[in-house]
Amino acid sequence: MSVMKRVSMIFKAKANRALDRMEDPRETLDYSYQRQLEMLTQVRRGVADVATSRKRVELQMNSLRQQQNKLQGQAKQALGAGREDLAREALSRKAALDSQLTDLENQYHSLQADEEKLTVASQRLQSKVEAFRMQKETIKATYTAAEAQSRIGEAVSGISEEMGDVGMAVQRAQDKTAQMQARAGAIDELMASGALDDISGTPRDDIQAELDSMRGGQNIELELQRLKGELGTGSKQAIEGGAGASDGAGASDGAAQSAAAEQPQAGDGA
Amino acid sequence: MIVRILGEGQLQVDDSASAELNALDAALEKAVNDGDEPAFRNALLALLDRVRALGTPLAADVLEPSDSILPRADADLDEVRGMLTGEGSIPG
Repeated sequence: MSVMKRVSMIFKAKANRALDRMEDPRETLDYSYQRQLEMLTQVRRGVADVATSRKRVELQMNSLRQQQNKLQGQAKQALGAGREDLAREALSRKAALDSQLTDLENQYHSLQADEEKLTVASQRLQSKVEAFRMQKETIKATYTAAEAQSRIGEAVSGISEEMGDVGMAVQRAQDKTAQMQARAGAIDELMASGALDDISGTPRDDIQAELDSMRGGQNIELELQRLKGELGTGSKQAIEGGAGASDGAGASDGAAQSAAAEQPQAGDGA
Repeated sequence: MIVRILGEGQLQVDDSASAELNALDAALEKAVNDGDEPAFRNALLALLDRVRALGTPLAADVLEPSDSILPRADADLDEVRGMLTGEGSIPG
């Protein structure tokens, strides 16, 4: 069993080094127990880090989906206004976000799996640490240093193997989380810069600007129609009432004419 | 005998399975030595599958060291090579 045996020998060598370090093997028990508690803290922190990372990816997925919905809405609006070219542009930007979303979804599932594995590992280590604590007390109470040696060796090797295993899992999860944080940071920056709003690279949302200007244009037309309508129904009132109003408008228009304009305004007030 | 699959925990496997597992392990070792990634992946997964199928998980509060330890399923070739030479970082 070469691979199997060799890996286990390396783990055993680590445990033996810990045992050799102490003169009284019973001291090893306390030392090892301290290390176990530290490892438990480390694993729990690892679980929390992975969960934080997963939540961040989730938020980003939500933002991207919102962005896609917005583009979908814009495409509909553009099509409604007879602008197929603009609708096509919006839909193609929506499609461009798909690959980013897929990437985030993969990260999310991978982090979720890591979180579950680490949680199980942390529970297993917790059980073993508790079993070790009980054995430690028994060994210290009932055995002399010489008698205790073999029992301590067994307990320490067993737990040290578990710690090595869990330690590697935490290390791996942390490395992966760090990588994902870096990628998440890059996406956050892209979102903040507005580049994701518009894949073509222009800083502002030009589709929305065009839709707005189209709508703005329509509104002006409507307003004009309404004003024309008003003029048509009550033209006399509008002309009589409009004389003073046009003077007032002239006053606010030009700062250079302000001195001249003040006179009719003062006259109006008196 | 007790076999640990890294990242999964320990299993109790009957000694009668030794010959079968040894053969799978030999194939794994050859793949590692040859640096043959696809063969390595197949051999590792085959070995892990057999250990999982033949073994019974040990209770979480058992403190016994394993007789054999196996890399996790998604370990890559370099990682396993590092473990075998003791260069891999095994904390604890």
